[in-house]
Amino acid sequence: MVIQQDKMQSLAARMAQDEVKGRSPWADARKRFFRNKAAMTGLIILIAVALFALLGGYFAQWSNEDLDFAVMGQVATMGAPSLENGHYFGTDDLGRDLFARTVQGTQISLMVGIVGAAIAVIVGTLYGATAGYVGGRTDQIMMRAVDILMSIPYMFVLILLLVMFGRSIAMLFLGIGLISWLDMSRIVRGQTLSLKNREFIEAARATGVPSWKIILRHIVPNLLGVVAVYATLLVPLMILTESFISFLGLGVQEPLTSWGALISEGAGTMNYGTLWQLAFPLFFFVITLFGFFFVGDGLRDALDPKDR
Amino acid sequence: MFAYIMRRLAVAVPTLLLLIVFSFILMHLAPGGPFTQERELPPQVLANLNAKYGLDDPLWKQIINYIWGIVAHFDFGPSFVYPDRSVNELIAAGFPVTLTYGSLAFVAAVAMGVGLGVVAAIWHNSFLDYLAVGISIGAQVLPNFVMAPILVLIFTLWYGLLPGGGWSFNDPSFWIMPVIALGTSYMASIARITRSAMLEVLGSNHIRTARAKGMPEHRVILRHALKPAMLPVISYLGPVFVSMITGSVVIDIYFSTGGIGKAFVDSALNRDYAVMMGVTILVGALTILFNLIVDVLYAWIDPKIRY
Amino acid sequence: MALLEIDNLSVRFATNDGEVQAVNQVNLSVDPGETLGIVGESGSGKSQLSFALMGLLAKNGRASGSVRFDGQEILNAPPRVLNRIRAEKIAMIFQDPMTSLNPYMRVSDQMAEVLTLHKGMSKRQAVAEAVQMLDAVKIPDARGRVRLYPHEFSGGMRQRVMIAMALLCRPQLLIADEPTTALDVTVQAQIMTLLADLQREFGMAMILITHDLGVVAGSCERVAVMYGGRIRETGPVGPLFAEPAHPYTQGLLHAIPRIDQQGEELAAIPGSPPNMTHPPAGCAFAPRCPYRRGGCDDQRPPLEGFAPDRARACFAPLADVLAGRETVRVADLDAALGDQQDDQLMPEAAVAGAGMAAAPSKVDTHD
Repeated sequence: MVIQQDKMQSLAARMAQDEVKGRSPWADARKRFFRNKAAMTGLIILIAVALFALLGGYFAQWSNEDLDFAVMGQVATMGAPSLENGHYFGTDDLGRDLFARTVQGTQISLMVGIVGAAIAVIVGTLYGATAGYVGGRTDQIMMRAVDILMSIPYMFVLILLLVMFGRSIAMLFLGIGLISWLDMSRIVRGQTLSLKNREFIEAARATGVPSWKIILRHIVPNLLGVVAVYATLLVPLMILTESFISFLGLGVQEPLTSWGALISEGAGTMNYGTLWQLAFPLFFFVITLFGFFFVGDGLRDALDPKDR
Repeated sequence: MFAYIMRRLAVAVPTLLLLIVFSFILMHLAPGGPFTQERELPPQVLANLNAKYGLDDPLWKQIINYIWGIVAHFDFGPSFVYPDRSVNELIAAGFPVTLTYGSLAFVAAVAMGVGLGVVAAIWHNSFLDYLAVGISIGAQVLPNFVMAPILVLIFTLWYGLLPGGGWSFNDPSFWIMPVIALGTSYMASIARITRSAMLEVLGSNHIRTARAKGMPEHRVILRHALKPAMLPVISYLGPVFVSMITGSVVIDIYFSTGGIGKAFVDSALNRDYAVMMGVTILVGALTILFNLIVDVLYAWIDPKIRY
Repeated sequence: MALLEIDNLSVRFATNDGEVQAVNQVNLSVDPGETLGIVGESGSGKSQLSFALMGLLAKNGRASGSVRFDGQEILNAPPRVLNRIRAEKIAMIFQDPMTSLNPYMRVSDQMAEVLTLHKGMSKRQAVAEAVQMLDAVKIPDARGRVRLYPHEFSGGMRQRVMIAMALLCRPQLLIADEPTTALDVTVQAQIMTLLADLQREFGMAMILITHDLGVVAGSCERVAVMYGGRIRETGPVGPLFAEPAHPYTQGLLHAIPRIDQQGEELAAIPGSPPNMTHPPAGCAFAPRCPYRRGGCDDQRPPLEGFAPDRARACFAPLADVLAGRETVRVADLDAALGDQQDDQLMPEAAVAGAGMAAAPSKVDTHD
């Protein structure tokens, strides 16, 4: 999965154009978005997954931590999905209810994804807007720093961090969020540069509005379209990263769980014929990635309509 | 061009040094030393160990020694956990394996991704296009850690066609699943990038000019459209390359292939900082080198980039 | 016999916002060596008309009708036929020299490939020929500069390169689509002079597409005025400029700023071009027309000859138009059109659907 930088650039250019023309891109965009079948499907999927995460707990017959001694030891035969014993999604290898575990994993994966994306977007936007707005030497140094940071093998550093400072969710949030702000900061900087010398910014500056206020009032709102699209597309990337880390056993720790951890467990036990342990978490993982992807793509196409 | 490469190197070297210093300091800050174990070591033993590995020197001296070791002797020092093995040995054992399946996956992902993207763009809005888009959208939610179990399920557990793990340089059947697992999602991303870049180029004015010259369409595409359409793909190759190495962590675990991913994860679990740092720095160096190659390639294709 | 005969040509684009009728039932002909000007504001369909001739429409575009070149049908002809005519018989230069040359290829390669393709020349011969042609379009130090990339040329020089490239095969017809729009005024004049000289030298016919009436007056023999995808008036340049017989032509001519009439306000045509996704049932110009009358809103005026070589499509009696007896005051039109302007604009998708980066160009000084 990848966020296509050239498309983001095209979107950024378009948003800047609209701002200069004093035209709101959002009214038309809403119409286009709601006409886009893929995007609407994605939105419905995401709403469904969110409801599952929020309300799924009320439907679970078992808690996510209790072991069902009736199936323990013979999970392959007794632990399959069944309505009768209340294990809708079956049980995991230890006899825990997979439905409750999946609900919990969904909550955590979504949270890590959204918080991680939020961190990346906020840091990237502020950094890029500052660099672009201040300009000159500061800009050069800041962007050179981004260049350097770009060539650090993040996944390795993140694992290094997790190993050295212990595996905590906070560390995971921070690490994942700090991986992805670099591209964002570049786009935002470019956008800011192209807006900075427009008349309405000059006018604000001439009347003595302080710089931080100009950035917050004029530059940041204009970035909203880019940020919204970027954030939507970033969430699945964050979920992927978290799952990757959890798959390695370095992410979320028991008794908490996440999609990556569940997929890892399911993959480890599928030799014994307990396919449902892989299938259910994987299903939610895949449809959520699809959902975010379609919504993000649809949002971008709605804001920057082009035939491609 | 030479001056350009030199200038890029002038940025690359300090970046690498920064990476080394950064990871070294990180390691130093980490709670618990490399010899913190469940069973507490006698103070005398610990002091001896620290002295042996130079851990009682001031930090700056340790860093300089470490860097000097790497620069002068290409020596990443000894492993903290297996005192009789050096980091170099541990890395050297796994590197050829990672290189083999990694580069195969890389080449396959690029070749198939570009092919799929170009086909989709040329026959835009046709059945082929929808097929290619479908494949690429579907495949991109299948990262290596998802692909690996699915492949094993199908090819090993159900059909018994391929070995479920292990590695042999002589038997390509061991290579197939790691390559597919590693490459699929990147193939999909490359296909998407190629398709949209190609569509953009095919709609551009200079392609219209080329058509107005009376060139057959395949020549228009080969001579005029392919090169500019490759630019976004090329700038994506750097991240793809890094991901191939990162992905080797999963591949090595899942398929027991024994590449550097395994060395890294083992060292992470053993808190063998020396090996972790060695791998991180090696990967960092490769990343920087590869980004340099990508930049040069880009500048070579796009005459507007002054170097 | 006419070199090029366009018969009942229509162009349609399928877009998300519906079908765009870019060109409607156009009939035109060009004689060997003649210069025909096609005038209209942006969105009038003049560029799409020329792309249709060459088979260069965007993928969502469909052309119907008939176009015969030298007696041979070329509209929607198979690529094999078209490719033998493109560049060799009919060459084209585009309005934006900045993007119309391939930025990733040396000028020498771009020019030479035309000759290796059509004339079977060797690469070396072709480059030598290209240098000669660059000399002919007065590019200084052509031999040295042929190895450069397009971005190393200025805008005017790039358009010269485009012209040189178009003339390599000595085509019988040159289609120039707003060749000077993207250029500075002084450079515009140079390019037009160059085109006129080359046309005389090579004895080729030319279709000059422009929104600039001054350019037409200076270099064309006959003019066709287009509006809303249809031809409104045709005729020889002199009479048409002296006595414009269609309200739109009249409006265009009035909108030209003149040095000898200082202090007067510029006479703009009120309103903006029609939305070609939902073209009006009647005359497309009627909402903006000061001569409009009953019937204009629901019937389309046919193009009818009224004098030797001249034709117009208008219901208003010729005498009324010539005498300037308007039925509606321009100020009233302005007020009436003021509110609905936004809805009347061409939908963006129509432009995007055309797949062409048409630089916005305006005939009227209204906006």
